[in-house]
Amino acid sequence: MVRFILGRLVKAVFILLAILVFNFLLIHAAPGDPAAVMAGEAGAADEKFLADLRQRFGLDQPLYVQLWIYIKGAVQLDLGYSFRQQMPVAELIGDRLPATLLLTGVAFVLSLVLGVVAGVAASARQGSWGDTIISTLALLFYATPLFWVALMAALVFSVWLGWLPGFGYSTIGAGYTGLAHVLDVAKHLVLPATTLGLFFTAIYMRMTRASMLEVSRLDFVKTARAKGLKRRVIQRRHILRNALLPVITLAGLQAGQIFGGAILTETVFAWPGIGRLMFEAINQRDYNVILGVFYISAAMVLLFNLITDVVYVIIDPRIRLTA
Amino acid sequence: MFKPMKLAVAALALVLAGPLAAQDGEPQSGGTLNVVVQPEPPSLMIGLIQNGPTQMVAGDIYESFLRYNFDLTPEPQLAESWEISDDGKTYTFHLREGVVFHDGEPFTSEDAKFSIDVFLRETHSRMRTYLEHVESIETPDDHTIVFNLKNPFGPFLGIFETGTAPMLPKHIYEGTDFANNPANNTPIGTGPFKFDEWVKGSYIHFVKNEDYYMDGLPYVDEVYYHIIPDAASRAVAYETGKVDVLSGGSIENFDVPRVREMDNTCVTEKGFEYFGPHSWIWINLNNKPLDDLKVRQAMMHALDRQFARDALWNGLGKVATGPVSSATKFYAEDTPDIGYDPEKAKALLEESSYDGETIRLLGLPYGETWQRWAEAVKQNLTEIGMSVEIVPSDVAGWNQKVSDRDFDLAFTYLYQYGDPALGVSRSYMGDNAEPGSPWNNVANYQNPELDKLWDEAALMADPEERRAAYKTIQDQIVSDVPNLWLLELGFPTIYRCNIKNPVNTAFGVNDGFRFVWIDQK
Repeated sequence: MVRFILGRLVKAVFILLAILVFNFLLIHAAPGDPAAVMAGEAGAADEKFLADLRQRFGLDQPLYVQLWIYIKGAVQLDLGYSFRQQMPVAELIGDRLPATLLLTGVAFVLSLVLGVVAGVAASARQGSWGDTIISTLALLFYATPLFWVALMAALVFSVWLGWLPGFGYSTIGAGYTGLAHVLDVAKHLVLPATTLGLFFTAIYMRMTRASMLEVSRLDFVKTARAKGLKRRVIQRRHILRNALLPVITLAGLQAGQIFGGAILTETVFAWPGIGRLMFEAINQRDYNVILGVFYISAAMVLLFNLITDVVYVIIDPRIRLTA
Repeated sequence: MFKPMKLAVAALALVLAGPLAAQDGEPQSGGTLNVVVQPEPPSLMIGLIQNGPTQMVAGDIYESFLRYNFDLTPEPQLAESWEISDDGKTYTFHLREGVVFHDGEPFTSEDAKFSIDVFLRETHSRMRTYLEHVESIETPDDHTIVFNLKNPFGPFLGIFETGTAPMLPKHIYEGTDFANNPANNTPIGTGPFKFDEWVKGSYIHFVKNEDYYMDGLPYVDEVYYHIIPDAASRAVAYETGKVDVLSGGSIENFDVPRVREMDNTCVTEKGFEYFGPHSWIWINLNNKPLDDLKVRQAMMHALDRQFARDALWNGLGKVATGPVSSATKFYAEDTPDIGYDPEKAKALLEESSYDGETIRLLGLPYGETWQRWAEAVKQNLTEIGMSVEIVPSDVAGWNQKVSDRDFDLAFTYLYQYGDPALGVSRSYMGDNAEPGSPWNNVANYQNPELDKLWDEAALMADPEERRAAYKTIQDQIVSDVPNLWLLELGFPTIYRCNIKNPVNTAFGVNDGFRFVWIDQK
């Protein structure tokens, strides 16, 4: 197991480097010059102003030199300097990452637990009212755009009902500490995490339901029934355990996607995470910030994939790991 | 019979409302002001960054010699009084005594000289241009500063506002690398509020400057600038009571009527007089058939700008009559008519060299209102028989395309800075048309006679002479239609009515909240 993990980590470093180079070239291929964007925000700019900006941020160097400098830095975990925010990218991301991890972590766990429970419930009585309601809801959540759900949630629960805060990470100026602070953040987390989680809940629910139904038709389940085992025991110990493998594969893949969803959710709910940082950075062509966020999110996706592989072994002892 | 009476009553009501509104009761001290700022400013050090959000937030920390009221008349701020010599070449400012920076060091004429002559000369592109007219700066004593100009420069008294000439502490910046000075993260000025904390992505917090030199000011104890990236969420933040002031442009125009109807909500369009945001469509005069005057005249008469104002901007702003905003000095009223007249437009197009070419219209990527406006313009032009294709882009893409002159028509809006020599001439002067910048004479309008007149007008000392010169300029430019002028944009500042005085100069919320008080009743 340790060898497997080490092997995968070494591979991951190379994959990360390749991603870094690819992203670098991709971003520089997009039209738009960060110096011009900054000059534009200032309302007016002369040639000297633009030249100073370009020189200060190394944008006047040939592209391969910029790439070399960037890669050299990135290997040493120096992600460069943000043109716009005027601070090191690593520091910026470090400030924002915890908020994103909290949001995506809660949304991920919430969607997985809810999705699996709802999927099991729906599959237990295929074609029943309960199944129809759960499946319809899942379809609805799956088909509705995330930004719309977010805005409606803010409208209903924040503006109309006034139950939950509609934006931000905590109550500004309240000065809460300890448990009061935790509860305050939790209250602010409800809307963004639920909104982000709903789409993924729907996916997990549908996958769990389909997988449960498929496994329940297999011979070993029939055997279990013939042995006279209780329905619940068969469901939990035999069907669910086998049905979960594709759900876990999907969850591993979706973990990366949930990061993508965070961009929208964080923007609508003013959640101070790296998704929002990236949204703003793309608009401003703040190259180093965009690359930094891609770098971190790529690392996260690779990590989640590794975790998925390890979880496989725990759930299904038949699987053997080779690096 | 009835109507005159009604009018008289209405007029009386207005007369009464004026002084009553001005009184607004006795100012009360205390309380917290919650304001939206968007997008998040890159830095609060206004000597280095002068974009909109930085100016708005830093206006509480930094100050300049003067403030300007709604008709752009200068009023004292850090300068108590000033004199201009008869030949218009010497400006003497007498600075207030007893002013200290937030770190307790006194503010003197040496700080003023350092700020303008050293710091801003290096970092501030607009200031650098203005300083070309300055021969020398002298500081005969701690509270007097004298500017000796090479020639009279008409708009000179208009540049001493916080966004252009902020006063910075010499003792902190002298001899340092300005851009990388760690003090930039904890800005220090002479303003009514002190920097306390900036949680990136969430908020910026200022506290009252207890040592402020204006007695009893500021009234409020603290100011929070909330950073909320989405326009709809900013509206929600106001509706749920989390913020009390939405600066102009904070929410989408279609949300304005709904928010405006809320209880205890006041709206003002004032506070943009200095900036005079003026919108137009650049015409790429290098491209055929746009070099044909008749095509340009046809397009100008085809645009229903009143509709755009009423439907897209909710009746805010004014239809522009030419290159100069009516809030700017030397605006000429009776320039040639460029009003909506589709029949005339069709006839002009018929006579022109237009032959069915598809015209590429680059929209401005500043949200929904601008997208809809591009569609409305496309419809107007299609109605007179033109073929138009809208080109989408994001902000960086827009910059690039306009810099490279890769468009036929392109939306824009620019500030006018109160004087044609500061904010209008740059868009029309022949020697300022090089590709590579989206902020110069993008259309490549060339008129050597007018170039000469622009130069002369800026250097005239007599306002009446300047007025006549600018009238000639405006008449000629409007006749040449190098751009399609749209609207003098109206940006509403929305605030709770119990927040008093959020806007009291031509700079609106950018001028700092020193006079703001909260009616706690």
